[in-house]
Amino acid sequence: MGLSARAPRWGAPGLLLAIALHPALCTPASASLPPARRDYCVLGAGPAGLQMAYFLQRARRDYAVFERAARPGSFFTRFPRHRKLISINKRYTGKANAEFNLRHDWNSLLSHDPGLLFRHYSGAYFPDASDMVRYLGDFADRLGLHVLYNTTVEHITLDKDRQAWNGHYFILTDHKGQVYQCSVLFVATGLSLPNQVDFPGSEYVEGYESVSVDPKDFVGQNVLILGRGNSAFETAENILGVTNFVHMLSRSRVRLSWATHYVGDLRAINNGLLDTYQLKSLDGLLESDLTDLAIVKDRQGKFHVTLKLFLEETNQSADAIPLPQDDNDNFAMRVAYDRVIRCLGWNFNFSIFNKSLRLSSGGEFSKKYPLVRPSYESKGSRGLFVLGTASHSVDYRKSAGGFIHGFRYTARAVHRLLEWRHHGVAWPSTECPITQLTASIIRRVNEASGLYQMFGVLADIVLLKENATAFEYLEEFPMQMLAQLETVTGRQARHGLFVINMEYGRNFSGPDKDVFFYDRSVGHTEDAWQSNFLHPVIYYYRHLPTEQEVRFRPADWPLPRPTAIHHIVEDFLTDWTAPLGHILPLRRFLENCLDTDLRSFYAESCFFFALTRQKLPPFCQHGYLRTQGLVGTERLRQHRVASGLLRTSPAAGRRPGEGRRQPGHPKPTRHFLTPGPPGQPHDSNKEEL
Amino acid sequence: MKEKKLMMSSSFNVFGVGISFVVMCILCNSAIDSLPELSPQKYFSTLQPGKASLAYFCHSDSSGTTVFLEELNKAVKPLQDYGISVAKVNCVKEETSRYCGKEKDLMKAYLFRSNILLREFPTDALFDVNAIVAHVLFALLFNEVKYITTWEDLQNIDNALKGKANIVFSYVRAIGTPEHRAIMEAAFVYGNTYQFVLTTEIAVLESIGTEDIEYAHLYFFHCKAVLDLTQQCKRTLMAQSLTTLNIHQFIKTMEAPLLTEVAEDPQQVSTVHLQLGLPLVFLVSQQATHEADRRTAEWVAWRLLGKAGVLLLLRDSLEESIPQHANVAFKREEGRRVEYLVLHDIDSVISHVENNMHVEQIQHEDDDLEEPDMDMQDDEVEETVYRDRKRQLPLELIVELTEETFNTTVMTSDSIVLFYAGWQAVSMAFMQSYIDVAIKLKGMSSMLLTRINCADWSYVCIKQNVTEFPVIKMYKDGKNPVYYAGMLGTKDLLKFIYLNRISCPVIIPSVQEAEEYLSGELYKDLLSYSSVSVLGLFSPTMTTEKEYFTEAGSYLKGCVIIAIYSEEDVLILSNRYAVSLPALLLVRHKEGKIEAVPLANTHTQDIVQIITDASLETFPEITVETLPTYLRLQKPLLILFSDGSISIQYRKAVLMLIKEKHLDSFTPCWLNLQNTPVGKEILQSYFDVLPPLPLLVLVDLHSGGHVFAFPADQAVTEQNLLLWLKKLEAGLESHITILPAEEWKPPLPAYDFLGMMEAAASQHPTRKAPECTKEVDVQENSKGQKEDKSAIRKEPTETLRIKHWNKSGWLKEAEKSFLHDNKEL
Repeated sequence: MGLSARAPRWGAPGLLLAIALHPALCTPASASLPPARRDYCVLGAGPAGLQMAYFLQRARRDYAVFERAARPGSFFTRFPRHRKLISINKRYTGKANAEFNLRHDWNSLLSHDPGLLFRHYSGAYFPDASDMVRYLGDFADRLGLHVLYNTTVEHITLDKDRQAWNGHYFILTDHKGQVYQCSVLFVATGLSLPNQVDFPGSEYVEGYESVSVDPKDFVGQNVLILGRGNSAFETAENILGVTNFVHMLSRSRVRLSWATHYVGDLRAINNGLLDTYQLKSLDGLLESDLTDLAIVKDRQGKFHVTLKLFLEETNQSADAIPLPQDDNDNFAMRVAYDRVIRCLGWNFNFSIFNKSLRLSSGGEFSKKYPLVRPSYESKGSRGLFVLGTASHSVDYRKSAGGFIHGFRYTARAVHRLLEWRHHGVAWPSTECPITQLTASIIRRVNEASGLYQMFGVLADIVLLKENATAFEYLEEFPMQMLAQLETVTGRQARHGLFVINMEYGRNFSGPDKDVFFYDRSVGHTEDAWQSNFLHPVIYYYRHLPTEQEVRFRPADWPLPRPTAIHHIVEDFLTDWTAPLGHILPLRRFLENCLDTDLRSFYAESCFFFALTRQKLPPFCQHGYLRTQGLVGTERLRQHRVASGLLRTSPAAGRRPGEGRRQPGHPKPTRHFLTPGPPGQPHDSNKEEL
Repeated sequence: MKEKKLMMSSSFNVFGVGISFVVMCILCNSAIDSLPELSPQKYFSTLQPGKASLAYFCHSDSSGTTVFLEELNKAVKPLQDYGISVAKVNCVKEETSRYCGKEKDLMKAYLFRSNILLREFPTDALFDVNAIVAHVLFALLFNEVKYITTWEDLQNIDNALKGKANIVFSYVRAIGTPEHRAIMEAAFVYGNTYQFVLTTEIAVLESIGTEDIEYAHLYFFHCKAVLDLTQQCKRTLMAQSLTTLNIHQFIKTMEAPLLTEVAEDPQQVSTVHLQLGLPLVFLVSQQATHEADRRTAEWVAWRLLGKAGVLLLLRDSLEESIPQHANVAFKREEGRRVEYLVLHDIDSVISHVENNMHVEQIQHEDDDLEEPDMDMQDDEVEETVYRDRKRQLPLELIVELTEETFNTTVMTSDSIVLFYAGWQAVSMAFMQSYIDVAIKLKGMSSMLLTRINCADWSYVCIKQNVTEFPVIKMYKDGKNPVYYAGMLGTKDLLKFIYLNRISCPVIIPSVQEAEEYLSGELYKDLLSYSSVSVLGLFSPTMTTEKEYFTEAGSYLKGCVIIAIYSEEDVLILSNRYAVSLPALLLVRHKEGKIEAVPLANTHTQDIVQIITDASLETFPEITVETLPTYLRLQKPLLILFSDGSISIQYRKAVLMLIKEKHLDSFTPCWLNLQNTPVGKEILQSYFDVLPPLPLLVLVDLHSGGHVFAFPADQAVTEQNLLLWLKKLEAGLESHITILPAEEWKPPLPAYDFLGMMEAAASQHPTRKAPECTKEVDVQENSKGQKEDKSAIRKEPTETLRIKHWNKSGWLKEAEKSFLHDNKEL
C-alpha cells in the first residue's frame, strides 16, 4: 500500500484489537470525573488531525485532539517499514510562489508559518519516515495545538440532546474513564488494521507490519508476496538482491501510477521487480484471486500453493494434499516457497464506535473506508466527520484525498463548512468587478495547489452578482456539494456561476493505457477539449444545478451538463499565462457566457467611447469612469496605432459611422429619401458597371 | 477554422435542411451508386434514345487508372442527377470495339447522346470529379453556355440580347475547376432563361474593369430591360465565391423584383430574400413624397442588388404605427425583430446593410480571410503590451520587493508599492508609466518606488488585501497604507506623490503663515498640482468640527492641498474673510480668488463634497484625464472643439453665459485637439467631413445621446449662443447624430467545446450520455431527418466539419425534382 501519507492510527494494530475487545469494561459509570465539554473533538494527532486542529486553533474554536501515543504521527514511527516515504519533497521548482510550490510539496501541512514546510525537515526527494514524525511533532508544538497525548479513546457513543448543534453529543470515553462530550467529532484515525484475507494456510503468512526488514533474513530464499500495491513492491525491492526469486501474487493486474495518475497505485520508485521480471531475472508477477488459494506447509517447513478447492475435496494429511502441478505439471507456482508475506493494505478500525453512531463501512469501492458524504460528514450521524486517509472513499482511485497533499485541503474545506454551519462565518470569498474575472481565474489556475492536488474533488467557484457586474470568488469548494452550495456556504448563487476544476483528458488515464502515445499533447487552442494532461476546465451554469442533476449527471462527467464549458489547453510547463494561447480563449468564453465585452481599454479609448456612445464597456465603467483609467505611455500608444485595432464595438463592427452630417445644415430627418441634396451618389457607377 | 464553423452552426439555419440532406445523401448513396462495369456490347445495348451517357473504355487488366476510376465513381451520382449515366466498359478480347483503342495507356472516356458520340475526353482532362461533371455538362450545354475569348464576342452577345434576355457572364481560371463546375450546374438549371457566357481569358475580364483577376468572377448583365441599343446593360457582380449554392442564390435575387411597395407591418413581410438569408430594407415613404422616394428607393435597390431586398413602406396606409422619426426599417432575418433606424443618406443605408449582413453572406474564395479570427488579439492593452514584450524595461529604477523584504521596506521607508502580476497586460502597461514616474522622481523624492509581483508573492498580496491587478498603495510614516484611486498614468501618480509630501491637512501655526498659504507662497511648487487650496478655520474648542475636517482631509489625501488653522487668534482670519467659524477658505490661485464657506454642522462627506465641487472649473479644458470628473455631474456637455487654445472672444462669450446662469443645466467645456488628439476621431464620428474649427457641440450623453452642432455659419457670440440654446430647449434644432446605445457584446464567439465534446461522445454508441446529446442543427419537416441525424453523429468530427460546409450540393437537392421532371437530356 502507498504509505505516502497514511494518517495515524491508534497505536500498533495488536494493541488496538485488545482495546476493541473490552470496550464495555470502561463505561462512564466507572468514571468519577465530570464530562469535559468540547465543541470540537479530533481523534488522532496524525497529519489530518493536526491539520484540522490548526484551522480550529486559527479560528479560536474550542477543540481538543486525542492521541494515544506520546507524540504526533506515531504511525510513521513504524510505517512504512522500509522507511522511505513515496510522497515527493520537491524543494526546487524555480518559482518563488509559495502556493504554487505546494503543488510539488506532498508532505507539508498547511499553515501560515513558512518555517513549517517539510523541505526544512528533509533534503531527500523521497524523505525518510522519521523526518515526518519529527515534522508532525514540530507542527503541533510550534503552533501550540491542543493535543491530549497518551489519551486513548476507547469508546464513543451518541447522546441525544436537542440543545446540541447536531441534535446529539458525541460521548468519548478514554482509557482512564474520563468522559468527553463533543458537539462535533472529527475522526482522523487513518487506516490502522492490516487487511487480512482468510484462506486455508493463512496462518503461515507473515504480515507486512511484522515481517523482517533485514535483507539478511532472506538470503537464498524463495519468497512469495501477496499483494501488488506499493507496500508489496517496497518489500520486494528490499530483498530482490538476496533472494533466489520473488513471486508476487495478486487478484488483479498491477496498476502503474503513471498510467492511472493515481498516486496510490504502484509508483515508479518501487517498481524494481517489474524490471527484473520483464528482464527474465527469475522474479515474477502472477494474478489469481487470493480467496481461492490455500497454502500448505510440508515437512521441510516449505510452503506450497494449492487451491482451496482441493483441500475441501480431500481431507488428508499435509503430504497427500493435491497440488495443481499434480495434473498440470507446468503450474507456475509449483516451487516450494521459504516465506509467504502478506502486503494487502489497511482497513479502517470501526471497533470503538458504538452502533448508535451508524458509522458504517462499505463505500462504493471498498469496505476499508467508512461511508461519508462528499462533505466528509458521516452518512450515519450528523456532526461526525471523517478526515485524512480514512476519508478517501470520496475520491478513492481518483484524486489525492487519501494522502497528505490532498487531505490537507479537504480538512480546510470541512472547516469552512463548519464555520458557516455553527458560527455564521460564510465561506471566505473575495468580491471583484467583472473586469477582473479573467485575471482571477488565470491567477488561481496558475498557482492554486488545492485545485491542482485535489483535481476533480475541490473546485473554485465564481458566483456572479446581479447583471454580472461583479463576482464573488470561492476557493476549493467540494464540487459534489454544488447543489447545496447556498446552504452550506452562506453565499448566494442566484445569477449564474462558474466552476473551475482541473482535469486529465477523459480517456487518457487508466490502467494498461499507453500514456506515452505519440501526439498525446494538444497545442492548438481549438483542440483544448482534447487535452490529456491535467488542465483547467471551466463550467458555466446559468442556475445552480439541483441535487438531482448532480446525482444523475452523465457518466464520466464530474458535474452535470453545463450551459457551456471551456478547456484551457494543457501546458507542458503548467503555466497558463500565454496571452493568445490561454488568456484570450478564456476571455472569449467568459464574454460569451456573460454576453458582454471584457476587453481592457486605454483611457483614451474610454474617452472616445464616453463621447461617442451611450454605453461604455465594463472595463471603462469600472476604471475610467471612476477616474482610474489606464493612461498608457506614448510608446504603447504607438503600438496601438500600429496594431490597427479600431475603437469599435463588436456590434458596430466595421461600420464606418452612421448618420454623420455636416453641421449647419440639419435636414428634416424623416424625408432624407427625397432626392435633391447635393452629394447624393447618382453618378457613382462604380458598383454598377 | 474547423471548430469555428461548428460553433456558428446556429447562425446559418437557413441552410440547415439543405446541409443535412447533403450529408445524408453522401452517406447513403455512395454505397448504392457504384460504377457499373459492362462489356462493350452490353453497354451499347443500354443506351436509350435522348439520354446522355459517359463511358470509360478500359482493358480489364490495366492498372494505372485507379485514381481516375475513383473520381469517375464519385461522378456517378452527380451526373445521374442530371440524367446522365456513367459506365466503365471493359474491353475484353472476344468483343473488340473501336472505342477500346489499341494501347492500354491511351484509354479515353466518351460521351454519347442516344448512341451518337458527342465528345471524347482524354482521361487527364477529367482529373477529378469536378472536372468530369464540368466537362460533361459543358459538352451537353453547348448552346446554353457560349464560350468566348475576346471582348468583341462579349459585345456582340450583349448587343444581340438587349431587350430580349439577361446574361450571366463568368470568368474562370480554367476549364474543369470547381468554379467551372458550379457555373455549369447553374447553367443546367437556368440555361433556358438566361444566356450564359463563359471565358477563361483574363483580357475579357479586364475589359469590363475588374482589377482583381485572381479569382473567378460572375456578373449578371441586365440586358432585357435595355431598349436603347446605345445604352449599356447594367451589371451586377456577384460578391460571393462561385459555388453552385451561391450562384443559385444570386440568380434568385436577380429574378426578384427590384423594388416592392408594401403597406403592411414590416414584421409580417417576407420575400425571397429572407429565405435566401438576405436582409430586407424598408424605406419609409409617405404619400406626399412618394414619387421622389420611389426614385431614391430604386437607386438604393440597384446598389443593394444581390445583398438585400429593398421595399418601399408607405407610412400613410400603415395600420400599425412605426417609430415617428424612423425612416428606415431593417429586417435581418426571418423571425428577428425589425430594427427601426434614422439614417441620413443613402450611403448610411448601404453601409448599414453591408455591415449587418449575415456573417455567412460574406463568403469569399478563402473563408479564412473573411472569418473573424478568434485567435486574433482584439484587446488593445494585451496587444500593445505583447508588441512591446521584447523591450527591456529599466526596471532597476523600481525596487523589487519579495516576501522577505516587503514588511521591512514599507515599515522603514515611505514607499509606493505597485502590486501587479507579471502576466497581466493591464499591470504591465501601467508598469511603463510607473517607470516614467521613477525616472521623473529620480533623486528628487524621498518616496521609494517599489513593486511586488503577485504572481510570485501571492501570499503577500493577499495579506495586503490585494485581489485585483494592478493596485497602488502608499505606505507612509508606518500608518495605514493609502490606496491610490487616481488615473493609472504618470501625471496623476506624480501629482499624488507630490501632494503627499505635505500632510493633509497641514497644520498652520500662525496667522502670518496662513496668509502665506492663502497667497500661494507657502507651497508654491505644489500649486500646479492642485486647482484649489483649502484652509479650514476653527476655534481651538471646536473639536468635533475639526475632526470632521481632518477626516475629510485624509480622504482627499493626494488630491488637493488642505490646511487647518485653529489657534486662539483665528478670529483675525475669520473677520478678514468675513465668515463665521467654523469655516473653510477656498483659494483658486489661477483666478486669484478666495471664497469663504461656513461649515456649521457640516459632516465629513459634505466637506469632501464641497472641496471636490470647488476643485471643478467653470469652463475647463477637458482631457482624457479630466473628463470622468465632469461626467459625474450628469449634465449634457457643451464642448467647444478647438485646434489649439480658444480665442478670448469665445471664452468671453461662454464665460458670460455661465455668469448669467444660462448654462447651469450644461457642463460647458472645451477640447484642445492638440492636447487631446482623439478629439478628432470623435468629431469624425459626429460628422462625415471634418467641419471647420472651432466648433461648438452639445453632447447629451445621459438622455438619448443626441448630438447637436452650433451652426457653422453663425458667429459665436453671446446672443447667437443664447438663441441656439433656446431653440434647442424648444426642440427646434435637429440633432446631427444620435450616439449608438448598443450594449457591449462579446466581440467574437468562443469555441463551442461542449458541442465538440458531445459530438465526439456521440460517435461512440457504447458510451451513453443521454442527457447531454446536443441537438444538431437540423430543421424539422424533413422525412429523412432521423437517419440524417444519426448519420451525422456517426461521422467522425473531422469529416463532420468538412461536410457541414459542403454546401455546394444544396442546389442539386433543392432542384432535384425540377431537374428530373422537366429537363432530361
